[in-house]
Amino acid sequence: MAIEASNVTKRFGDFTALDDVSVRVDDGALTALLGPSGSGKSTLLRIIAGLETPDAGEVEIGEEIVTNAPARTRDVGFVFQHYAPFKHMTVQGNVAFGLTVRKRPKAEIRARVHELLGLVRLEGLAERYPSQLSGGQLQRMALARALAVAPRVLLLDEPFGALDAQVRGELREWLRRLHEEIHVTTIFVTHDQEEAMEVAEQIVVMNKGKIEQAGSPQELYESPRNEFVMSFIGPVNRLGDSFLRPHDIQILGGWDFYSDDTSTEALIERVVHLGFEVRVELKLHDGREVWAQITRENAQQLELEEGQILAVRLPPPRVFA
Amino acid sequence: MGIYLSVLVLLPIAALLAQSTKGGTAAFWREVSNPEAVAAIKLTLAVAAIVVMINAAFGTLIAWVLVREELPGKRVVNALIDLPFALPTVVAGVVLLALYGKGGPVGIDITFTRASIGMALLFVTLPFVVRSVQPVLLELDLSMEEAAASLGASRLTVFRRIVLPALAPAIISGVALSFARAVGEFGSVVLISGNLPFKTEVGAVYIFSQISNEDLPAAAAVSVLLLLCALVVLGALTGLSHRRSRHVR
Amino acid sequence: MSARAWRLGLRTVALGYLALLLLAPVAMIFYRTFEGGLAPVWSAVSAPNAVHAFWLSIELVAIAVPLNTLFGIGIALLLERGNFRGRALLGLVIDLPFAISPVVVGLALILVYGQAGWFGDWLARGGIQVIFSVPGMVLATAFVSLPFVARETIPVLRELGTDAEQAAATLGASVWQTFWRVTLPAIRWGVVYGVVLTTARALGEFGAVSVVSGRIEGQTQQLPLYVQDRFENFDATGAYTAAVVLALLALATLVAMNLLTRRTRSRTPV
Repeated sequence: MAIEASNVTKRFGDFTALDDVSVRVDDGALTALLGPSGSGKSTLLRIIAGLETPDAGEVEIGEEIVTNAPARTRDVGFVFQHYAPFKHMTVQGNVAFGLTVRKRPKAEIRARVHELLGLVRLEGLAERYPSQLSGGQLQRMALARALAVAPRVLLLDEPFGALDAQVRGELREWLRRLHEEIHVTTIFVTHDQEEAMEVAEQIVVMNKGKIEQAGSPQELYESPRNEFVMSFIGPVNRLGDSFLRPHDIQILGGWDFYSDDTSTEALIERVVHLGFEVRVELKLHDGREVWAQITRENAQQLELEEGQILAVRLPPPRVFA
Repeated sequence: MGIYLSVLVLLPIAALLAQSTKGGTAAFWREVSNPEAVAAIKLTLAVAAIVVMINAAFGTLIAWVLVREELPGKRVVNALIDLPFALPTVVAGVVLLALYGKGGPVGIDITFTRASIGMALLFVTLPFVVRSVQPVLLELDLSMEEAAASLGASRLTVFRRIVLPALAPAIISGVALSFARAVGEFGSVVLISGNLPFKTEVGAVYIFSQISNEDLPAAAAVSVLLLLCALVVLGALTGLSHRRSRHVR
Repeated sequence: MSARAWRLGLRTVALGYLALLLLAPVAMIFYRTFEGGLAPVWSAVSAPNAVHAFWLSIELVAIAVPLNTLFGIGIALLLERGNFRGRALLGLVIDLPFAISPVVVGLALILVYGQAGWFGDWLARGGIQVIFSVPGMVLATAFVSLPFVARETIPVLRELGTDAEQAAATLGASVWQTFWRVTLPAIRWGVVYGVVLTTARALGEFGAVSVVSGRIEGQTQQLPLYVQDRFENFDATGAYTAAVVLALLALATLVAMNLLTRRTRSRTPV
């Protein structure tokens, strides 16, 4: 099912959460709504789910206009940041809930729950209660619960925000694999650009209730439309009105040996070792400060030291009108 | 639900207000300045005020001991604090009479005295300050007191300057509830005090006797006055408690 | 004074105060009741008016408590899940029974439902007797025990938050299904605690029912009124026996409250 939101506006009192926002998500796509807090991404997601009603605009799911339809008629699976478990029910009860309220036969429910618990790797935990599960397990249960009723669309609101870094990494990977297997149209909200880049096929960057740019991770990185997108999607050096990516700054070697027509003179102010990458803080010969990001091997080869004068090649700067 | 609330609460309260103001302010004033009424009201307010002061002190003390001290059978003691909530007031009255009245084991007889009213009110209002202070004490950050101690403050000073201000809003709110309860108390007082007009007749008893005499205007007027007193004090103290708790945060 | 001496002193004073004020009276009731042996107690318990008073108490509780429970849950849902102007005002109205003297409650009820009251004529024409009869006592009992379920349920509802209910909606549950399967089970211990408090209050009410019932022996006396009646008729054993029954119910209430405190987390554990 494709999802289309057209000219959606939503206000909370004086605050405009969404300002004439239009977005299209293709059938079967895995899309991220990416932005800082207050950008409206969660609000948009909730409007698509039917948990909020827009002040203006339309929402279509699979060509059907659902703008004013209540959540329970939209057939959407929703996963919350804090899992929203039914604490007084077992895992079995939780996952079965959607089927139970649809009054499906018991045998069917049992089979389906079993199937889903296998899918999310929670077999054997069916009789546990949410209070006995870890964060990662709870989120997988929430996913199983949402998927149990075979929704047309799967919506996730900062699903990994409450988890440790390592569990987050595992679940991201896992979500991608799940999507490959199930192919249901999926939208997830995140403020973590790395997560969006890693998981999504399409990213919609939002800021202050508007859409800044939508495209594949590659497109957004290589061809950002404005300063906001460029700074949000990756690390950035700002020199006046122009922007440079630290990864794109090439360090050629010592000034005396390696300088040529294309290079600039730079003084190493500081070298920071970040494990697999090295950050080199430089002062250019005209006084401006930038930092470059290079690999460990590269750094080792160059034998960098504070105080050295280097030849560096700066990429063509990007300027936004 | 609205109908339930109206039938049960709103209509009766409205009728009470209507009755007390029927005949205008002059009639109201006349009823409440009846000497017996005045004596009853004064007695009620005075004893209630003394009782809540005692409660403030002892209630805080009891809450402190329950939260900070280890005691055998603490859970039982803690559960017993709610006894005055659970026990019918008339039973409390009967029992206080048995204990502190004629022929009681302690050998004193406080029937027909004002002290008996005090005792009864102390009993029924015991839980309010304790229950109000306990949760605040539980949440209190010990490190504040430890910091003060490390800076050289004596235990008394720590209590006076660190703990008490933090507890003040809770104590005040407990006092407010105690007062409202004490001012309206009937069941526990009616047996033990003897209800002697001008001596040991409290407001609620006066109202009751007016109802028995079918003098509803008098009963209504004094009722509204007592209610106003309770609400005013409740409102003022609650406001004070909120203001203080803003600073503590 | 050393720290230990302080603490010992504080403990002694606190416990002494409690013993004087709480334990002694409780011990006293039991002592006085069984002073003369079991036989007088038995005849007191089986006296027809005593039995009637007991069943009347049960009847009043059986009507007032369910009504107040439904009302309490409803009001809690309205306040915590509804968009509602005047929430503070409604909160105040619900707390009103706490601030009003029971005698005044009785008076207010008479002014509406009594012979000379607002509905007096209307009721008389319909042959309905409210005051000086059981219906009046039901009203009085319900009035004084009104707030408890609401007050205990509201914080539990607030703490629960709406996430789980929204999840249920996205999974296709109707409003009723959401309430029955998700909300109610989550708040049940708060509700139960409120019901315990409501029951205790309803059983023990004295002042309000005293005013509206006319205290007619064998007809409009529930247990607390019966205690007073026996006392005024110098039937010490009768009075104490009924008091013991009430005291036992009170102790049972305390036990229930204490056991439930663990479950609700909205009250103070020690």
